[in-house]
Amino acid sequence: MLDPLISHPKVGSAGKTGEWRVFKPIVDHELCVLCLECSEYCPENVIEVRDDKIWIDYDYCKGCLICKNVCKMKAIKAEREFY
Amino acid sequence: MSYFGPGHGACPGCGFPIAVKSVLEALEGKAFIVNPTGCLEIVSSMYGRNVWGVPYIHSLFENAAAVAAGIEAALRVLKRKHEGHVVVFAGDGATADIGFGMVSGAFDRDHDILYICYDNEAYQNTGNQQSGLTPPGARTTTTPVGKRQPGKIGKEKDMVSIAVAHGIPYVASASVGYPNDLKRKVKRAVEFEGAKYIHVHSPCVPGWGIDSKQTVEVARLAVETGLYPLVEFEHGKLVRVMKIKEKKPVEEYLKAQRRFRHLFKHPEGKKIIEELQRIADENIKKYNLLQQ
Repeated sequence: MLDPLISHPKVGSAGKTGEWRVFKPIVDHELCVLCLECSEYCPENVIEVRDDKIWIDYDYCKGCLICKNVCKMKAIKAEREFY
Repeated sequence: MSYFGPGHGACPGCGFPIAVKSVLEALEGKAFIVNPTGCLEIVSSMYGRNVWGVPYIHSLFENAAAVAAGIEAALRVLKRKHEGHVVVFAGDGATADIGFGMVSGAFDRDHDILYICYDNEAYQNTGNQQSGLTPPGARTTTTPVGKRQPGKIGKEKDMVSIAVAHGIPYVASASVGYPNDLKRKVKRAVEFEGAKYIHVHSPCVPGWGIDSKQTVEVARLAVETGLYPLVEFEHGKLVRVMKIKEKKPVEEYLKAQRRFRHLFKHPEGKKIIEELQRIADENIKKYNLLQQ
């Protein structure tokens, strides 16, 4: 009965925020040294390590490119997206 | 699901999700979050669903500190304090203007809470109205730029000094430009019993008029110019400061933002830039920020 009053945790409560993106960050795995600086600064919390590689969840990445700016190895490139 | 999961509704490049994420990681999710109205509430808790992986309560605009004090007292009576720390995430308006009395009261009663103010220097949620923490000269919708008025007139409140004056055990300032420093400060803060205050500087992309990818850069510039010193007080004594490697002029910080653009053209702009430079120099002198 109280269910409409309770807010439940859910991944992507604002929807698939990846649709907001204009520039898509792409990781160059050759240059990446897994310092995880990008993951530290990512406001969306979408950067993880999977199979010893940086993995970005493009469903929710809003494309702010903070990761590109903080990357010391310059391993992240931005690519324009067209819908 | 992570502590502050993906898919929240903040603008691309927003600063405070970095702070929230770092704080919850530092506390390993052992936290009860109290959040007054503000950007963080709007972006994280929509109707029926939210992005928090930790217990969360939304209070009114003014009473976050009082709600947190109540939760802390209840946890103490029920002997459940080991379950987590009571953490308040409040904006600068909720801390310095609207909820100021409640914050002061909670500090006065010395409740065992960690109060974190994310400072984006205006009421950015409703569209950039000036708050008590807006720096002089900034253009907001309530301090527009015209012939007579070059942005905000008056000073900015020094919340860190106000918190220190309450005699609480731990006060610090941090910045989203340095999340590891923020994590260390949070871990240090929860070692103390009593009210703790951390002031986190967090740029706002639409309000400050910066590009989304510049958030971290601008936050670091504020620290490097001396306008926003990163300091730590324990029991009222200054224990640590973050030293500046190379001092930069305030113009560099002001030029990066659209809200200060008029200062370089307005007849009274020069005076305000000089005033801001004086504030920065005073901070550097007061806290001895320059590396020897």
